[in-house]
Amino acid sequence: MLTALLVMIGLALFLGLVLGFSAIKFKVEDNPLVQKIDAILPQTQCGQCGFPGCKPYATAIAKGEADINQCPPGGEEGIRKLAELLGVEAKPLNAEHGVPKPKSVAVIDENLCIGCTLCIQACPVDAILGAAKHMHTIIAQECTGCELCLPPCPVDCIRMEPIQEDIANWKWKSPVYSMKRT
Amino acid sequence: MEIPCVFHEAHLMRQLHKFHGGVHSPQHKQESTARPIAAARLPTRLVVPMHQHIGNRAKPLVQVGDTVLKGQMIGQADGYVSCAVHAPTSGVVTAIEMATVPHPSGLPDLCITIAPDGAERWVERTPLDYRAMNPSELRNRLRDLGLAGLGGAVFPSHAKLNPGKQPKVPTLILNGAECEPWITCDDMLMRERAAEIVAGAKIMQHMLGSDEVLIGIEDNKPEALAAMRAACAGTAFEVIAVPTIYPGGGAKQLTKVLLGKEPPAGGRSTDIGVQVFNIATSYSLARAVLHGEPLISRIVTVTGNVERPQNFEVLLGTPVKELVALAGKPRSDTHGYIMGGPMMGFTLPADHAPVVKATNCLIASSPALFPPSPPALPCIRCTQCAQACPVGLQPQDLYWFARGREFGKAQEYDLFDCIECGCCDYVCPSHIPLVQYYRFAKSEIWAREREKNQADVARERHEFRETRLERAEKERAEKLAAKTQGSKTPASGDTDAKQAAIQAAIERAKLKRAGVVPQNVENLPAERLKEIEEIEARRIKLKEAMEKQNETWPD
Ligand code: SF4
Ligand code: SF4
Ligand code: SF4
Ligand code: SF4
Repeated sequence: MLTALLVMIGLALFLGLVLGFSAIKFKVEDNPLVQKIDAILPQTQCGQCGFPGCKPYATAIAKGEADINQCPPGGEEGIRKLAELLGVEAKPLNAEHGVPKPKSVAVIDENLCIGCTLCIQACPVDAILGAAKHMHTIIAQECTGCELCLPPCPVDCIRMEPIQEDIANWKWKSPVYSMKRT
Repeated sequence: MEIPCVFHEAHLMRQLHKFHGGVHSPQHKQESTARPIAAARLPTRLVVPMHQHIGNRAKPLVQVGDTVLKGQMIGQADGYVSCAVHAPTSGVVTAIEMATVPHPSGLPDLCITIAPDGAERWVERTPLDYRAMNPSELRNRLRDLGLAGLGGAVFPSHAKLNPGKQPKVPTLILNGAECEPWITCDDMLMRERAAEIVAGAKIMQHMLGSDEVLIGIEDNKPEALAAMRAACAGTAFEVIAVPTIYPGGGAKQLTKVLLGKEPPAGGRSTDIGVQVFNIATSYSLARAVLHGEPLISRIVTVTGNVERPQNFEVLLGTPVKELVALAGKPRSDTHGYIMGGPMMGFTLPADHAPVVKATNCLIASSPALFPPSPPALPCIRCTQCAQACPVGLQPQDLYWFARGREFGKAQEYDLFDCIECGCCDYVCPSHIPLVQYYRFAKSEIWAREREKNQADVARERHEFRETRLERAEKERAEKLAAKTQGSKTPASGDTDAKQAAIQAAIERAKLKRAGVVPQNVENLPAERLKEIEEIEARRIKLKEAMEKQNETWPD
């Protein structure tokens, strides 16, 4: 158990370091329009839009090869922002690509995981930690809820759990009251 | 003879200033100042939340069943902006769980429940020799003693007692204004324990290196002013009576009144060389430093619809219900409890919620005392709200933007400088719940900020992964090219072995699962299976798209 833990912590530290470093080293200059579009996309990296990630979808939109209503996690608000940026009419989400769902994170059932590492290979944001044959865990903070790790798991031990409201993420609601007519 | 005279002159001569707007609302202070501060009885149980301050929640240090001493640290500060939490009395830890806390959401938070043993056995208390201590070590000790601002904001005090990059903070202001109606806990503390408040101010002055110490008290508290003046005799501290007008006790408003200057929009008071502390914080600091006592109790005003309104010294964690009962039997038309004042406070989600570091006042409310506000009418743009706003904002515009969800616009109009004082609500002839709109807009903006940060992290992690995969792919291709003549068998043999291992593990897991968890794929509803299928289809498309992309990339 302890070694597993150490391995995971080590891995987390290492990945964090490499990540920070690579962010500086591999910085690529991009088409500014693509960047602006990409900044609006939610970065769930789920592929529901039909492209392998948000950036390729942003590139396709910029080239005029894809419509602006293909990203379910972005929802109506995302579409509205894209429409605003591109100076086009907003339109309803294309249901072919899916429907918006409450934001969830993946959870691995620790009793069942066989440590096959298949989910690690599927995760687009490296949010899964674990070494071969060891129990795997998901870093809830990094999980985007893309669901791409569910199908590859040979023992079906990953499930999605909607993020619960707690004091830290609770929001004041807009006042609801009847407005009297004058 | 000569010297006290000079100081007397000084406070007579100090030129006071005015802040913009403000309101004069009924005071309701007399009710609870007729009786002295009383020590509240030891309650039947203490529910101590781990998150009573601004910043990170404290981490529990004890386990269910542990015996704890009075003043023993039971929650450890997590990071710099955080502070420790202590056992308010000796007893046994009976639960560590999510429980009701005084929060407008009504959502539970992590609490440690202690069953008191009645012995009040203290941990060892060591006074701190603060003049000899290294400043950063002293601050760490204060964090471990759980000190946080008791005026209502509960910002960890040690973090404010740090001059930072500057060599010193020239002006230290002690805030005894207590401008909000009904609340009298600071008034009574100043009347009864002025000497210790002043002792705390000396420690603050030492830590900040301040040249001047100003103590601002609203002129509706003559007894407190007299007591504080007497306690300051022989020091260079100035006790200044400021005009009674709400919200004169706001840190920025008091600074403006005393010094005639205010921090820039979006800035902090230290930007103009000022630090402001509540007098109750100063009192607790003196108890902590001079007596080694952590913050385990505070003065709470219990008033409103109760028989005998009074101030109590209360152990943190005391259930509101048990405390309020000390002020007489609750009247039958009581329909809830407000924590804080009527202007900035909120109605508690339940009366078993505990008293926390931020609880300065509990008002039993009834329809007679606080009638529901009449239905809202459309805004007539009378600008009365703008005239009342102490920050000089345009509340009617902020309302318009918040209502239309134009949050960016609201931010441009300095929404985040709004101190939620409620003056605009108070004067609005159309009875629009303006502050609710501002709170709503602020939390939407925060939520967006969080989402954006998460998206940025996800983007970065995804990009990193792409580069990593790309590099691995290239290396593999190079290796393959290097041994073009080499046999392929070892590689495929390798994967075969891996496949077999996986298959074996699957079988094992299946067996295990059959025994442990009944919920499995076979039992999944059709729509879930369909969902998985869809995801699988998407993944295949994705993989194809990726492969295509890889092919078209020149290497
Ligand atoms: S559908 Fe998924 S991958 Fe496509 S843009 Fe939206 S979040 Fe990104
Ligand atoms: S795919 Fe499933 S079994 Fe394999 S490591 Fe991930 S969670 Fe564990
Ligand atoms: S006081 Fe009320 S009605 Fe008047 S301008 Fe402000 S929000 Fe509108
Ligand atoms: S609540 Fe905000 S907008 Fe309204 S008066 Fe107070 S500071 Fe101004």
